[in-house]
Amino acid sequence: MTTFLAFTVFGLFSGAAYAIAASGLVLTYTTTRVFNIAHGALGMVMSFVFWDFSVRQGLPTWLALVLVLLVVAPATGWLLQRFVTRGLGEGPVSVALVVTVGLLVGCIGFATQIWPPEARSVLPFFPTTSFEVGGVIITGHQLLTIVLSAATALGLYLLLNRTRIGTAMRASVDNPELLRLFGGKPDTAAALSWAIGVALAALAGVLLVSQVGLDYYALTLLVINAYAAAMLGRLKSLPMTFAGAMALGLATSYASGYLPTDGLLNSVRNVIPALFLFLVIVLMPQAQLRIGQVKGIVSAPLPSMTKSVGWGAALLLVVALLAGSFADSDLLLVGTAATYAMVMLSLVLLTGYGGHVSLAQLTFAGVGALAYAKLDEPNLYGLALSALIAAGVGALVALPVLRLTGLYLALSTMAFAYLMDKMVFQAEFAFGFNGTLPAERMSVLGTSITSTGGYVMLMAVFFVLTALALLLLRRGPVGRLLIAMRDSPAACGTLGLDLRWFRVALFGLSAGMAGLAGALYAGLRQTIGAADFQFFNSLPLLLLAVVFGVTSVTGATLGGIGLMLLPVMQSDHPGIAGLIFAVIGFGAVAAGRDPNGLANQLFRVGRLAETRLLPQVRERLPRLPERGEVDAPAEAVVPGLADQRPDSRPDSRKVPAHVAP
Amino acid sequence: MSGVPILEIVDLHAAYGRIEVLRGVDLVVPKGAVMALLGPNGAGKSTLTKVISGVKSPTSGDVHLGGVNVRGAPPEELARLGLCTVPEGRSVFPNLTVQENLTLMSYAGVPAEAVLETAFAYFPRLLERRGQLAGTMSGGEQQMLAMARALASDPALLLLDELSMGLAPLIVDELYETVAQIAASGVSILCIEQFARTALRVSDYAAVMSGGRVVATGEPAEILETMSDVILGGAA
Amino acid sequence: MSLLEVDDVVVQFGGVTAVNHASFAAHAGRITGLIGPNGAGKTTCFNVISGLQRPTRGKVRFDGRGVTRLPVHRRSKRGMGRTFQRLEAFGSLSVRENVRVAFDIHRGPIGWIRPSSADVDALLERVGIASYAGERADSIPTGTARLLELARCLAGQPKLLLLDEPSSGLDETETDAFGELLQELAAEGRAILMVEHDMDLVMGVCDDIHVLDFGSVIASGPPSLIRSDPAVQQAYLGYSDVEDAADSADSADSADDPATVTQVLPVVHEEVR
Repeated sequence: MTTFLAFTVFGLFSGAAYAIAASGLVLTYTTTRVFNIAHGALGMVMSFVFWDFSVRQGLPTWLALVLVLLVVAPATGWLLQRFVTRGLGEGPVSVALVVTVGLLVGCIGFATQIWPPEARSVLPFFPTTSFEVGGVIITGHQLLTIVLSAATALGLYLLLNRTRIGTAMRASVDNPELLRLFGGKPDTAAALSWAIGVALAALAGVLLVSQVGLDYYALTLLVINAYAAAMLGRLKSLPMTFAGAMALGLATSYASGYLPTDGLLNSVRNVIPALFLFLVIVLMPQAQLRIGQVKGIVSAPLPSMTKSVGWGAALLLVVALLAGSFADSDLLLVGTAATYAMVMLSLVLLTGYGGHVSLAQLTFAGVGALAYAKLDEPNLYGLALSALIAAGVGALVALPVLRLTGLYLALSTMAFAYLMDKMVFQAEFAFGFNGTLPAERMSVLGTSITSTGGYVMLMAVFFVLTALALLLLRRGPVGRLLIAMRDSPAACGTLGLDLRWFRVALFGLSAGMAGLAGALYAGLRQTIGAADFQFFNSLPLLLLAVVFGVTSVTGATLGGIGLMLLPVMQSDHPGIAGLIFAVIGFGAVAAGRDPNGLANQLFRVGRLAETRLLPQVRERLPRLPERGEVDAPAEAVVPGLADQRPDSRPDSRKVPAHVAP
Repeated sequence: MSGVPILEIVDLHAAYGRIEVLRGVDLVVPKGAVMALLGPNGAGKSTLTKVISGVKSPTSGDVHLGGVNVRGAPPEELARLGLCTVPEGRSVFPNLTVQENLTLMSYAGVPAEAVLETAFAYFPRLLERRGQLAGTMSGGEQQMLAMARALASDPALLLLDELSMGLAPLIVDELYETVAQIAASGVSILCIEQFARTALRVSDYAAVMSGGRVVATGEPAEILETMSDVILGGAA
Repeated sequence: MSLLEVDDVVVQFGGVTAVNHASFAAHAGRITGLIGPNGAGKTTCFNVISGLQRPTRGKVRFDGRGVTRLPVHRRSKRGMGRTFQRLEAFGSLSVRENVRVAFDIHRGPIGWIRPSSADVDALLERVGIASYAGERADSIPTGTARLLELARCLAGQPKLLLLDEPSSGLDETETDAFGELLQELAAEGRAILMVEHDMDLVMGVCDDIHVLDFGSVIASGPPSLIRSDPAVQQAYLGYSDVEDAADSADSADSADDPATVTQVLPVVHEEVR
């Protein structure tokens, strides 16, 4: 009984901290319609700031706390709203998601750069105070946490219901324009809510840090608890959010106390929040089809088929040259780049064309790799089967959430990736904890390809074929349907399209592409483990895809190379490892609004070359019939499979006018 | 028309993309006057409201409010300067209670208590429903709430856009009685309507917009007479 | 028997009753008008019929079977097509591609083998927007976009057409042509249910009219009866004079006699965003 009570106290303590974090999340979401994936990461950074103030600089604890909660965190939130998230709530959900994922990765990079890994600890508040109630010890810190969460609840209630600015915050959700006509300032309300939101993230982080430890990832991922709690309140209801947080805190605590320490159930204890999140999302009532076109989506550029084939052949030529000259260790890198590029192709399909965000793409690659290693059929049949299995898993993930869209789908892929990472990949029947599986290089039609160079060449062929297939798909009816579905789901529905199954198929196809990449990767590496497909790595993958251009094959190619280079650069320059991460994260924050990414800038240069320089070159060399390679040698390494068609933004829609005769 | 007019619009142009909707609007509302701005759908009336209230920026031209050039000022600044805009449609916050809606009206400068007092004095029905969500009230009651802002904030200029839209004629008459009361207290009003009669009954001047310009101004009777073919389809 | 029956439908949002025990019907081969002031619940009725909105209570029967709980796409497969008041064209696709998508959806993957270009062009020709075929759908005038939505519907061979303010954005000649097209479509055996503000069009082409006010049907009948129904005039049109009534019927689109207005002054139809 005493142990039960002890676990209860501990559960209430963690629940209280989760509640504080979750209420901040709900507050920013309800007032600005931006779901802040980076909520936990901000809490993490603030915990480091708190450590810096209180331990490294030796300020009194109370002063450090006041500085963090009342100065640094609110200022950060205010600046974020002003310069990062302003206006995001009205755009497509995928943009807001990418930007806040970028913020998350940027925060981790920032923290690693400023506070490089070393042993740090933060003491709990009132470390010497404790009370005994019914044989159970309650520490001063735990009591403080519970009291503060109650204070947060009360404070938020009073703010939102009893003050004018709080009322204005709620009003700005309904109709910000009307609020301005009333003389109120919706931007001020939004900035205030972000200031409070980040302060609450900081408070939760500081309260949990003595428990969890100063760790970049652990504190960041604690936010999954907050997501789960916030989802229970449907991102609206603060009381339900508090209830969800408490339930989650208790469940986690009891699980750690009473679940067996071996077998599958042992792994469950680590994933209760993710499981909870997944369940809440799946059990949420059906969302109604949204009427109203999605504005501000840039149309995907589309190349001509001859051009695509030409660039594909050029790429193969380059890889063949590399395969002949590079050492095996470098070739492994080229193969890795090809893998990432293929996974990014799956994102081009899902995100670039379909407008859905997945945070589990590397997990699907992992499923493909696992299947390939387990099947032990190193040939085309095994490869195809692995891709199919990954596709099946992808469809299964989409199946329970097919009633929902956007944000919920993305969060459920995140929960899924986390579950796979912690529960499946590390399980004995899969890769095993810190374990690896052997995988053989495959043979094609009886010819086995054992050399690394040959295998990399094979991967390049697969990449080019997948890319061509993708472009072919985009040109055909499916591509049109994808764009149509993105532009107006309601119209598609009334025309007779079953959006749910279409979406499941899309998810499956995308996961299958990622699975294919994973299977090929397994053959390349020859040993493969859970560490290759960690959940967290899907985030930089998504970000690089967006930064380089998630709407084009060129973007995927560049992104693949970039993601491959990332760890290389980090090990070459360990001093700025965090900085590189931060640059990518904040780069995505800056670039997130244009999903055509850097590839589009490249097309612009190419277009310029074609329209300005090419005529001049032609004039001088009248017998040279080729296209613009002459003036853009840099692009030869980089297959510009996408076309140069200028994209236009529908948000600058002309207002149709009609002048009667 | 003597003294500084409360609103003066000079050669105002505005466009959506490449399509020009306002093509040189000139309009003067004298201080203390009620002006009805009429015109068929698509004449540019709504766009003009948006430009005056600061929601949309013009491509060229000037807007003077009480003699001050306010072109390019954001809507919240204009509201604090004494411009009260009641936009087209339901201009209340549906998910806030009546009282909360009234509280927000104090942003225009009048203390919240005074706003509540005036509103409840004019519309006792709002007092009965102070705790009710505004969205759950009938259309007429919602417009009543919207008018309460016009009453309580003591504006320099009241801009009413399509007040009668979607309301039963009896309620429209009631609302225009309120407009007349507000006018009697000396507030200048620019009142934009597609259908003329009700608005003309309470106004001192009228203007007609068409094709993005003001094509006629004058006394209500003149306007009715000369423009009846256009506005009322020959049925007046 | 009627093709579509809306039976005692109630829709509440929070505490607001948008549709209040509405019952009406639409018949094959006839054009039915659904009119009423803004906010009367017309579009909500359309959403209930097409499945985008679950009614709080009440039933929708289509082609002899209950469809109240059927998802949107299944109703479309049974023969419902609709257009939207706030345009839902696929903005980043061309006009032709918009209609191709409709054919793609209607025919399903197996039907994709059969080329649809000729059918698409024929349909664009029929609604009179063939000259816009290559334009991006978000760059065409409102009226054209409405006709595009109609063409997209027709690709699915619907038995029932739900048209939400189809003529707003069309000029006088276009409206006349559109009225003729509607009558043709009805003559082919389709039921057409239309929310419309252009009273001349409604009175001219509709066989039956239902008047909605505050979510309730306050009158039903042929145009001649609706014109002279005192309840309609009092509650909705607000004037006792019949001529007057038709003129000042509604505010969302110019109900003024278009001939007079357009001859005297150029009219710019602006889209209010």
